[in-house]
Amino acid sequence: MSQPGIPASGGSSTGLQAQNGAASASGSPYTNGPVQNALMSSQVSVSQGYNSQLPGSYPHLIPAKTLNPVSGQSNSGGSQTVSPLSNYQGPGQALYGPPVASHPVTPSLHSGPSPQMPLPTSQNPAATPMPSGSFLPGASVSSPSNWQYNYLSQTNHCPRASSQPTMTGNTNLMSPQYVSSGDSSLQNNIIKSGIISNTNNGSMVVHNNYDEIEGGGFLATSQPTTKNPTMSRSVGYSYPSLPPGYQNTAPPSTTGAGLPPSSLNYPSGPQAFTQTPLGANHLTSSMSGLSLHPEGLRVINLLQERNMLPSTPLQPPVPNLHEDIQKLNCNPELFRCTLTSIPQTQALLNKAKLPLGLLLHPFKDLVQLPVVTSSTIVRCRSCRTYINPFVSFLDQRRWKCNLCYRVNDVPEEFMYNPLTRVYGEPHRRPEVQNATIEFMAPSEYMLRPPQPPVYLFVFDVSHNAIETGYLNSVCQSLLDNLDLLPGNTRTKIGFITFDSTIHFYSLQEGLSQPQMLIVSDIEDVFIPMPENLLVNLNESKELVQDLLKTLPQMFTKTLETQSALGPALQAAFKLMSPTGGRMSVFQTQLPTLGVGALKPREEPNQRSSAKEIHLTPSTDFYKKLALDCSGQQVAVDLFLLSGQYSDLASLGCISRYSAGSVYYYPSYHHQHNPIQVQKLEKELQRYLTRKIGFEAVMRIRCTKGLSIHTFHGNFFVRSTDLLSLPNVNPDAGYAVQMSVEESLTDTQLVSFQSALLYTSSKGERRIRVHTLCLPVVSTLNEVFLGADVQAISGLLANMAVDRSVTASLSDARDALVNAVIDSLSAYRSSALSNQQPGLMVPFSLRLFPLFVLALLKQKSFQTGTNARLDERIFAMCQVKNQPLVYLMLTTHPSLYRVDNLSDEGAISINDRTIPQPPILQLSVEKLSRDGAFLMDAGSVLMLWVGRNCGQNFLSQVLGVENYALIPQTMTDLPELDTPESARTIAFISWLREQRPFYPILYVIRDESPMKANFLQNMVEDRTESALSYYEFLLHIQQQVNK
Amino acid sequence: MAFTFAAFCYMLALLLTAALIFFAIWHIIAFDELKTDYKNPIDQCNTLNPLVLPEYLIHAFFCVMFLCAAEWLTLGLNMPLLAYHIWRYMSRPVMSGPGLYDPTTIMNADILAYCQKEGWCKLAFYLLAFFYYLYGAVLLCK
Repeated sequence: MSQPGIPASGGSSTGLQAQNGAASASGSPYTNGPVQNALMSSQVSVSQGYNSQLPGSYPHLIPAKTLNPVSGQSNSGGSQTVSPLSNYQGPGQALYGPPVASHPVTPSLHSGPSPQMPLPTSQNPAATPMPSGSFLPGASVSSPSNWQYNYLSQTNHCPRASSQPTMTGNTNLMSPQYVSSGDSSLQNNIIKSGIISNTNNGSMVVHNNYDEIEGGGFLATSQPTTKNPTMSRSVGYSYPSLPPGYQNTAPPSTTGAGLPPSSLNYPSGPQAFTQTPLGANHLTSSMSGLSLHPEGLRVINLLQERNMLPSTPLQPPVPNLHEDIQKLNCNPELFRCTLTSIPQTQALLNKAKLPLGLLLHPFKDLVQLPVVTSSTIVRCRSCRTYINPFVSFLDQRRWKCNLCYRVNDVPEEFMYNPLTRVYGEPHRRPEVQNATIEFMAPSEYMLRPPQPPVYLFVFDVSHNAIETGYLNSVCQSLLDNLDLLPGNTRTKIGFITFDSTIHFYSLQEGLSQPQMLIVSDIEDVFIPMPENLLVNLNESKELVQDLLKTLPQMFTKTLETQSALGPALQAAFKLMSPTGGRMSVFQTQLPTLGVGALKPREEPNQRSSAKEIHLTPSTDFYKKLALDCSGQQVAVDLFLLSGQYSDLASLGCISRYSAGSVYYYPSYHHQHNPIQVQKLEKELQRYLTRKIGFEAVMRIRCTKGLSIHTFHGNFFVRSTDLLSLPNVNPDAGYAVQMSVEESLTDTQLVSFQSALLYTSSKGERRIRVHTLCLPVVSTLNEVFLGADVQAISGLLANMAVDRSVTASLSDARDALVNAVIDSLSAYRSSALSNQQPGLMVPFSLRLFPLFVLALLKQKSFQTGTNARLDERIFAMCQVKNQPLVYLMLTTHPSLYRVDNLSDEGAISINDRTIPQPPILQLSVEKLSRDGAFLMDAGSVLMLWVGRNCGQNFLSQVLGVENYALIPQTMTDLPELDTPESARTIAFISWLREQRPFYPILYVIRDESPMKANFLQNMVEDRTESALSYYEFLLHIQQQVNK
Repeated sequence: MAFTFAAFCYMLALLLTAALIFFAIWHIIAFDELKTDYKNPIDQCNTLNPLVLPEYLIHAFFCVMFLCAAEWLTLGLNMPLLAYHIWRYMSRPVMSGPGLYDPTTIMNADILAYCQKEGWCKLAFYLLAFFYYLYGAVLLCK
């Protein structure tokens, strides 16, 4: 071992500071730190667009805030907690003021709002005392969904409420806002998609009113039915397995009638429908009740109706649940089921031939997340389910678990509601009001004290790596984002580089410059001076910055071509195993030395055949190391920047089983491939600054009778329902296949709960709980009616990846096609009464063949092209690890025509007008040479400019004189002072704002190399080896009608 | 009849089958433990994997013995299992150590159910074989 010093770098720290500052400012939109930051970023996003001016919701916030300084044994979290939760106060009391009056508890309930209701008219948030300094009034603006509910309930209740003068004032205040705020993005979505009630749209589950199961029951039972004229016709779709609260006080006959409190009196509401009793036509009625398209029941002949693709983004179907329950249900972006109506038995599920499963995005960045701090977390004593909105309260003291049906006691602390400061209302606690909630976990939930955030970077510095020049970009990104790394004063950081030897860097505080330690014994790796290699970022920041500045220059003359990745990983694992943390590995070639060395397996001339390709790992070294890492709470994120084949199938295991993520930049080169450089920079920026959870486990529970079959994603399955996730990041999605083990005949609702226990970067142990509730149905028709085609396609893609690895790619492709054929034949034979010719599909599955065809043409499963093996495997990793929304966008991108954007139908957010061009079908026939088309493929935006594109667009938007002057690689639109440019840029940035990462825009000309990528996504067209959409439909029809 | 090599084979097979029955029971218990969350799959695979080859070798060993003793019927009865063992080991996942079970896939419900079923089938086979060998040994020693 030798210890050569590193030449001191010349960069002054002041210059660097400035740099950092600039970076942080520009980076703020992507920042999503821990929750406090999340709230801050809510403010950001609010200002960026989601805010529909919300004075209307302020009234409710304000009184709540004045109540806010929470006291009592259980308080509700920090300042960030307060804001979402506090929303309960205002509207709930306001709305239910009159009816509640008959209940014994009302006096205390009423004491709050009455004097405070006038406050809103002042509309001055600053006038109210703030509970904490960090609490920003702007941040407390409720999310659009929230606001929408607000509106609904307001209108619904206004007749009842109008007896109170303050209330009327309030309602009047609201209504014009509804009209005037037609600029809210959300509302426009609603209008356009024809969905009246916004139950599935909300970005968060914060509710402004108390329209809620227990509350509802409690209302009705305390009040004779005659008092409420709507009660008589409300019998409808009640919630039988969830008796409304306090059933014991109510005569059993009123249980049905007692339930629906608010949703049923719609004197003037926009959706004045009546709910008919659950009977013969309950399907239709409840469908209308759920405000799906009336054509939800339609049967479609796909061969005749070609334009099935909606021109707005496809919305997930709304479960056929009573509105009060649905309103509390988990946001489909977080938790989604392939069948929104669960079949009663496995036999029925088998008959439908549709996969049953869940798609989760559990750690998604949320604008608003209620956080609860309480000394006891209420859970079912037998199945350990967290208390959730779908449990039933038998009386004030007992609740019945909705997963195992055990009756539990309500603990004393839970009787007190810190928000309303009322005793004896367990059903109004935030835990019972939110399907998504976060708990601060007490020490029982820790195996060891929360560890500091530890980040270790492992860089390949062999000759090949230096050639690509990636170190410059990475080190620069790191320098820029060093202050934005999620963490606290305990954050630790370390660096390892390797070629044929392993280099450690001692960054001990007090050293004048970083010290490099070289270990050349790669057979038996040891850690020199382990205590100084991972250092506190704050204490040694200057040394770290020094190192990052010198690192790119240190190896410029290296001639070492070998790469000892395996030993380097082992060393890194040893270094991190005491604390756990995140290891980011940058690799540019096939590892050739020491353990884990790999041999090239790809045969280029066999790329196109579906047989004999190496999708399985060639060694289990990386898998075993990943399992060791997982055991020590270390996650490995792999950045592969390689021109040649690097056997991602084997290397990827290191991330897959340690819950890391894989990034792949084929043919990365700092000069020859500037697009990849930009991509790496953008993705690194997101990667370094995004939220992170350490030492995580996720458990998924479901109602008795259902069981988990298989998990998909990056993790290690530790037991039948427990996933071990050393790190969890907000960009990871998971899928779960389920099966119906016991018949569900005696239950009408099933629930799924995912609980993610993690250590935040601030060192807090937290539990994020999502609960989803779905109805059980007994007929095939209803199963088909509730099918969620996007979720089904997503789950099938996951299953197909597994199939290609265990069997073969062609098997997986056949399985995908068979999935369509089987389900449509099942529909034809059992659900369709008259056998018509053509390809008849239920409305819910009208896009199923299209999405499956898109999957077959996706990089993971396509044949006949020379997709490189690593690219294919990377696409498969993405299928497994991406949340559903992005998976669907990559599979079936959205195509817009952008050369003629107009303000017609545009939405406006914060004074910005965002045009909404219709989504086009992915077919070349929709393109034209005299137009410009934008394709949104999730992580990439491609703007194809036709050869004869209007001069107007070229000069006003692209800022070029003529077509030939469009640069070969153009990734930015110039900001021109023209309305066309403003519109296009507004639209593109609106698309970008909807996702946490930054999709790069490529402007593509006819001769651009990217054009092939663009055309490859035209899934409805025929390619050399794949069918066109129409041919595919014919093929399916042939098979179905057999 | 005198004490022949064939009779010796049967007696040896009897003893070894008794051992195999224990192996099979051990497997069934182990997978049941996995299913009911009592064990970590990594530990469980580490305990099960070293047992796979010995089991297969023991079975192969007395198959060879029967071959030497020219007990064609008995050999014929054992051939399917022997073939199955060979196929099963050939199609094992990529592993550096001996064994069959991969902790990352073992929790998959299909694989778990398959392993459990395999355990029960083998137990039944070994039990029947046990009595068959007993009968064979008694018959030959008489």
